[in-house]
Amino acid sequence: MATLLAIGTAKGLFLATSTDDRRSWEITGPHFPMTGVYAVAVDTRRSTPRLLAGMTSSHFGPSVATSDDLGASWDEPDQAPVAFPADTGVSLGRVWQLMPAGPDEPDVVWAGTEPSALFKSTDGGRSFELVRSLWDHPHRPQWEAGFGGQAVHTVLPHPRDPARLLVAMSTGGVYRSEDAGASWAPGNTGIRAYFMPDEWPEFGQCVHKVARDAANPERLYAQNHHGVYRSDDDGRTWSSIADGLPSDFGFPMVAHPGRGGMVWTFPLVADGERFPTDHRCRVFRSADAGGKWEPLSVGLPEGPFYPAVLRDAMCADDASPGGVYFGTRSGSVFASRDEGDSWSSVAAHLPDVLCVRAAQV
Amino acid sequence: MVTVLLPGPLRGEAGGASRVSVTATGTLRAVLDEMAVAHPRLARRIRDERGELRRYVNVFVDGEDCRHSGGLATPVTDGAEVQVLPSVAGG
Repeated sequence: MATLLAIGTAKGLFLATSTDDRRSWEITGPHFPMTGVYAVAVDTRRSTPRLLAGMTSSHFGPSVATSDDLGASWDEPDQAPVAFPADTGVSLGRVWQLMPAGPDEPDVVWAGTEPSALFKSTDGGRSFELVRSLWDHPHRPQWEAGFGGQAVHTVLPHPRDPARLLVAMSTGGVYRSEDAGASWAPGNTGIRAYFMPDEWPEFGQCVHKVARDAANPERLYAQNHHGVYRSDDDGRTWSSIADGLPSDFGFPMVAHPGRGGMVWTFPLVADGERFPTDHRCRVFRSADAGGKWEPLSVGLPEGPFYPAVLRDAMCADDASPGGVYFGTRSGSVFASRDEGDSWSSVAAHLPDVLCVRAAQV
Repeated sequence: MVTVLLPGPLRGEAGGASRVSVTATGTLRAVLDEMAVAHPRLARRIRDERGELRRYVNVFVDGEDCRHSGGLATPVTDGAEVQVLPSVAGG
């Protein structure tokens, strides 16, 4: 069995494959050169794994392509896979997230977009339809844009209950559905929004990333625009787990896909100083759901280190022991095959890394 | 007959051709609408789902930037040459 690591960058998609249990990597690419690949997914629910890539050309706009031969060839529908209906008067900026649904819905793939919207595919990601209930939500006119634009960047299906779905957006916060996306309620209680006049608003938070615990799907972890939180009630209420981290600012939040309570993040100093804390390349891991955090740096660059890691530029694979990966805005990609204890370089000098996803294929 | 000249990055969407012929005349919109029937992926790289020209795609009708001559309503007569060019942008 091989491990595939898909690396979306500002100028194309790179695919790294390892056939020796993640010790060495062969890299192809760039696929879709000169497009920003903000979203990539490896859908392993199918008999043949399907890659999905959401790319955006500065000139020629956004699209989504799929590959059923691990990237040897790509297929793009004639009609735009993700497009806003005419009556919305809106055009797609880019796809920020492609997320296969749970195992009970093998042909369902969700897409989170800019401007903030959720799209649903029922044909494995070939075509998508706008989820009207979220688009028509009365809060939508009040969702704001952060520096990265206004986008749904997190889509988390519930692994056991297809009716339950969580999305997060910048800026707007977390929204939850318990009726398969027919209706949505904000789920931000306890998440601070220091940039708002009311610092504890019902919605409007800038949640950078949400991850779901593997063992307990009611448990979620969030990296906020200042603030690191955990929810134990499926995103209704949140409490801080930032103690023990060198900073409560950062972008990614990754949960171990098989081991409950284990999460990784990559703290930055602050909103106004987006460098790694202490200017060192360190991943922080908690094995007890955010109670304690430990820095991980064995094998990572030792000198001063300034690149940030973006919200989707860190991921875990589904191997055992678990692999962890992250890419930097300076085009470096690092991998760990022991849950973060030690790291090695997968690639360097790529364009800035926007997203990574890994799976056994 | 109107000839649409394509830049290198878009020729793959027209089977490698550097130009496509369109029978529609009247307005640039009509020309691009007809082109979209035969080449939908080419068309959506030039216009978004609202039908608007993408911001960094420039279209010249007989050498004149359509943004200065009526946009998609720019008159296109039989024998005209429509040139699609990506604008100078990016790093």
